[in-house]
Amino acid sequence: MDEDVVRERDARAYEAVHDAADFKELKRRYKNFVVPWTITFMVWYLAYVACNNWARGFMNTEVIGNINVALVFGLLQFVSTFVIAALYGRFANRKLDPLAAGLNAKFKRERRR
Amino acid sequence: MLIPLADGEPGNRVLTLSLFSAVVAVTLYITWWASRQNKSAADYYAGGRNFSGAQNGLAVAGDYMSAASFLGISGQIALYGYDGFLYSIGFLVAWLVALLLVAELLRNSGRFTMADQLAFRMKQKPVRTAAATSTIVVSIFYLLAQMVGAGSLVGLLLGVKGEGVKAAVIILVGALMIVYVTIGGMKGTTWVQIVKAVLLMTGTVLITFLVLLKFNFNISDLLGAASEKSGKGQSFLQPGLLYGKDLIGQIDFLSLGLALVLGTAGLPHILIRFYTVPDSRSARRSVQWAIGLIGAFYLMTLALGFGAAALLNTAKGSAVEASKGNVASPELAEAVGGGAGSLGGSILLALIAAVAFATILAVVAGLTLTSASSFAHDLYANVIAKTKPSEKSELRVARFAAIGIGAVAIALAIPAQKLNIAFLVALAFAVAASANLPSLLFNLFWRRFNTSGAVWSIYGGLVSAVVLVIFSPVVSGKPTSMITGADFAWFPLSNPGIVSIPLGFLFGVLGTYLGKDRSSEERYNELSVRALTGAGAEGATKH
Repeated sequence: MDEDVVRERDARAYEAVHDAADFKELKRRYKNFVVPWTITFMVWYLAYVACNNWARGFMNTEVIGNINVALVFGLLQFVSTFVIAALYGRFANRKLDPLAAGLNAKFKRERRR
Repeated sequence: MLIPLADGEPGNRVLTLSLFSAVVAVTLYITWWASRQNKSAADYYAGGRNFSGAQNGLAVAGDYMSAASFLGISGQIALYGYDGFLYSIGFLVAWLVALLLVAELLRNSGRFTMADQLAFRMKQKPVRTAAATSTIVVSIFYLLAQMVGAGSLVGLLLGVKGEGVKAAVIILVGALMIVYVTIGGMKGTTWVQIVKAVLLMTGTVLITFLVLLKFNFNISDLLGAASEKSGKGQSFLQPGLLYGKDLIGQIDFLSLGLALVLGTAGLPHILIRFYTVPDSRSARRSVQWAIGLIGAFYLMTLALGFGAAALLNTAKGSAVEASKGNVASPELAEAVGGGAGSLGGSILLALIAAVAFATILAVVAGLTLTSASSFAHDLYANVIAKTKPSEKSELRVARFAAIGIGAVAIALAIPAQKLNIAFLVALAFAVAASANLPSLLFNLFWRRFNTSGAVWSIYGGLVSAVVLVIFSPVVSGKPTSMITGADFAWFPLSNPGIVSIPLGFLFGVLGTYLGKDRSSEERYNELSVRALTGAGAEGATKH
């Protein structure tokens, strides 16, 4: 088949998927998850960096034995990273993948038309 | 300065050398095996896109945990305590940017290189040239850091020193990486990363276990012993020994933190890893695996670093201090194995040395492949060649480019011996965050973004990061600068990120509006459908 014909057929299929209600829903779900969580982990991380600079008294507070707030705060950055990664994985598997699979099938159908 | 590693013990050196040879033999075998399965461009550039999420996750972790982090971070903790730990936190949190905003969308919308995703809706030649330039610059900075490290490290681990040895090691490492990349392509390189990641994790778990065993798994006791032995008391466990001594230092630290957290998702050698899996779901799995592995690894470096501070001599004039902390982990391995001269100590020392060597080889191979792919696929096939070259000739160019880039890296690394490794790595992250991340994000999330915006943002971010470093205290004006006896440092920070990253985004906006061109908007719908749903994305090759 001619390359231009293929391009045009694909472009039409992409537009059809783009106009589908499911795609708007997919986009909305993705943004509603990603934007607040990105802001959360960036603020949380920068708060940690800032405390290392400007809240040393607080960071040096003893928690238990030789373990101080600074170390706990640092370890909590690990915990939050693990948790957010797991939450996103669960969310994407349940809420994004099924919609994406449906739209993918729609794209294939549209392309055959 | 004499490094008392393996000195006067030829038995040790034989053991270390035979383990080094075993690493080389295994990796060469993998490369040869992979080469027999390389048929198409997708095989060479993307390993056939057949790796599973877990396999690629190991390879991503392997690419990311360089010798600089294995030996460097534990060494920094051994010398500076708590502050040495701060790098690894930025390095880890950074993966959330990659997971949430970049990995899957890039997997769905690109083919082989970082530039593919921009070229999807922009004018091919200018964006590919810009993206290839920044890919090659970032990769060369990173590559130099690894090779400079390899030169001094291998000499240290083998107990030999001298400029000649360093140069010989750099040439050997360079030659090996050229072989891996030209023959094995992405498939070979990925398997080398996987083997290396397994070796590195196993070695680290073993030493961590032995260290914790010495303290009956009581973390507080380990920290107490470390702070006492360091001679710095409680301040060893508190922020401030390394960073943020005054206001400039504090802003500098914030700037470093920003570059670390935003740089990862713009590192080309990490980005092209997402093309080695069949779909976006496995790209997501691979980042999750990488986060788990890298996080566990950095937690263990905490035990290694504080363990070294507690069990080794780290005072001024000691081997650990003289090597800027780089030999802390190998020496610690020897100590927990039973001490110098003991059988257990010798075996563990040789083992960790071999792991470090495997780490260096794997990371340099990944970087060379990235640069060679970008040269052949972006510059040669889409800019230089007058007519679209055949796949075969593009791959031939990629292989020659790997040889060329390897040669350039060797030639640059030998005179660069005096450069600080951590500085080169931090610079690579700053350039990646300033030049690559803004255009990646704008392209995916901003319809109006266009060719001139992308070009401005890439060159603008790249030039601002590099220029600010040239006029920083890293290069001149201080006794510790690269050029002593001159002072043209008008930029007070060593880390340019806090200025150059916003500039990269700003240039993207300015370029977009000044460029006026709106033709890039035509395919934005197509790009977002493809990125979010995977419709029409490149699939795995079938053999």
